[in-house]
Amino acid sequence: MCRREYDVVVIGAGLVGAAVAYGLARAGQRVALLDEDDATYRASRGNFGLVWVQGKGVGRPEYALWSRASSERWFALADALSEDCGLSPSYLRPGGVSVALSEDELGDLDAKLAGLRHAAGTAAYDYEILDSARVRELLPACGPEVAGGAYTPYDGHANPLKLMCGLHASLVARGADYVTGARVEDIRPLPGGGLEVHSRRGRIAGGKLVIAAGHGSKALAAQVGLDVPVYPEHGQILVTERTGSWLGFPTLGVRQTDEGSLLLGGSQAERGFDASAHARTSRDIALRALRTFPCLGSLRIVRTWGALRVMTPDGFPIYDRSRTHPGAFVFTCHSGVTLAANHAFEASRWVVDDRIPEEMACFAADRFDVPQAA
Amino acid sequence: MFRRLPDPAGRIPFDFEGEPFEARAGDSVAAALLANRVLTFRTTPVSGAPRGPWCLIGNCHECLVEIDGEPNRQACMVEVRAGMRVRRQRGARVVPD
Ligand SMILES: Cc1cc2nc3c(=O)[nH]c(=O)nc-3n(C[C@H](O)[C@H](O)[C@H](O)COP(=O)(O)OP(=O)(O)OC[C@H]3O[C@@H](n4cnc5c(N)ncnc54)[C@H](O)[C@@H]3O)c2cc1C
Repeated sequence: MCRREYDVVVIGAGLVGAAVAYGLARAGQRVALLDEDDATYRASRGNFGLVWVQGKGVGRPEYALWSRASSERWFALADALSEDCGLSPSYLRPGGVSVALSEDELGDLDAKLAGLRHAAGTAAYDYEILDSARVRELLPACGPEVAGGAYTPYDGHANPLKLMCGLHASLVARGADYVTGARVEDIRPLPGGGLEVHSRRGRIAGGKLVIAAGHGSKALAAQVGLDVPVYPEHGQILVTERTGSWLGFPTLGVRQTDEGSLLLGGSQAERGFDASAHARTSRDIALRALRTFPCLGSLRIVRTWGALRVMTPDGFPIYDRSRTHPGAFVFTCHSGVTLAANHAFEASRWVVDDRIPEEMACFAADRFDVPQAA
Repeated sequence: MFRRLPDPAGRIPFDFEGEPFEARAGDSVAAALLANRVLTFRTTPVSGAPRGPWCLIGNCHECLVEIDGEPNRQACMVEVRAGMRVRRQRGARVVPD
């Protein structure tokens, strides 16, 4: 590809980059979305598909509100994608349940949600602590070990592969250029404004630049003077054969897809850049799922995979704008499904406006700069 | 549509949708059904569309049937046995309580 002019060049076509690029294309911007090859780490193709709010934002109420706002905006995102490309990401928001397998776990849920409600202040925070009888009203398949749970109405789920496919198809339908095999190596400011990236598919210039390259963001952000300390957190997912619908609410560890499969997940491990699936992890995931819903024992597991979350040290997103390279932004988060609607409709606007709003300043990358002790 | 190689292997009787069928020793359930001109093995849980074997190596899950009462078996991965009772997998299986 030869050199071309764009309003915005977005690096990384995972859920974060694709959502922002889609929002930019909707706003009438000329967009190039660049992605690497199929062999790269892609959290967006290995995730659990929850649009999850419950329990998020401890110590950072802005994140609780941000997640909740996205779960509201998700209805508009699902409609917009269906209209633009005809593929619905199957968003449902029945509310979500965290299941407690002991009184201790139940107490922890209670304390956490009470804290979040307190921190939310006037924004309120709706939740219900479920005793042993009430959890069985919502989830009749609970096994005898289930002590209770917590319900919040903000949670839902979607089909993450349809979301990815729908974002890519919709942004192309709205005139954006989606270029694969375009690993970006270098970012250079252009005299007179704008930036140019050097990719395997040639040089591409844009007025602005969004770095949303998942695990590739650390190296790219360093080139625009930002320290983005993301690291890989391993997660694993087991998928069962499809069944008729029997699980009315998504839970943190088990959900039933719109097409009938059960997804079992919820593992977290640090293994560096190793995305393989581990038998012990599968065992732990399956055991907890079985203790929660014993009927799962009659189902065959048909797929298992590992994938790497793009994690930050405090677990909150990074939204930042370069001070050394005007017009360059870095966006990353570990819940790219949940936040997809915010990224499409809000974060894209920050790029157009060339400023990140004051209330999002707490997500700047310099919060990780620890002053060196003397 | 499928023609057998000449093969003296023994005949194995099994049952498909309540009808008597014949397989050859060593056939997978999928091979035996295809040789008997059965193309629709299942209907999908989502749209109810008819489906039949595609990959025949255990990956695609298009060949699901019920075997001896057990739902969602991959016909291409199971060897036919004499007296086996095979039915189409109609839509989604049910999860026992
Ligand atoms: C097991 C697991 C379960 C999860 N469950 C959920 C969930 O239930 N709900 C939820 O909201 N989130 C969930 N997530 C998180 C979610 O998947 C991620 O937040 C999201 O996919 C991150 O998207 P991304 O675009 O930042 O990164 P990625 O999907 O990793 O995409 C980054 C892209 O950038 C490209 N790239 C990298 N470097 C370069 C370069 N130099 N030049 C060009 N392109 C480059 C890569 O090829 C890649 O395609 C889960 C993640 C995992 C691993």
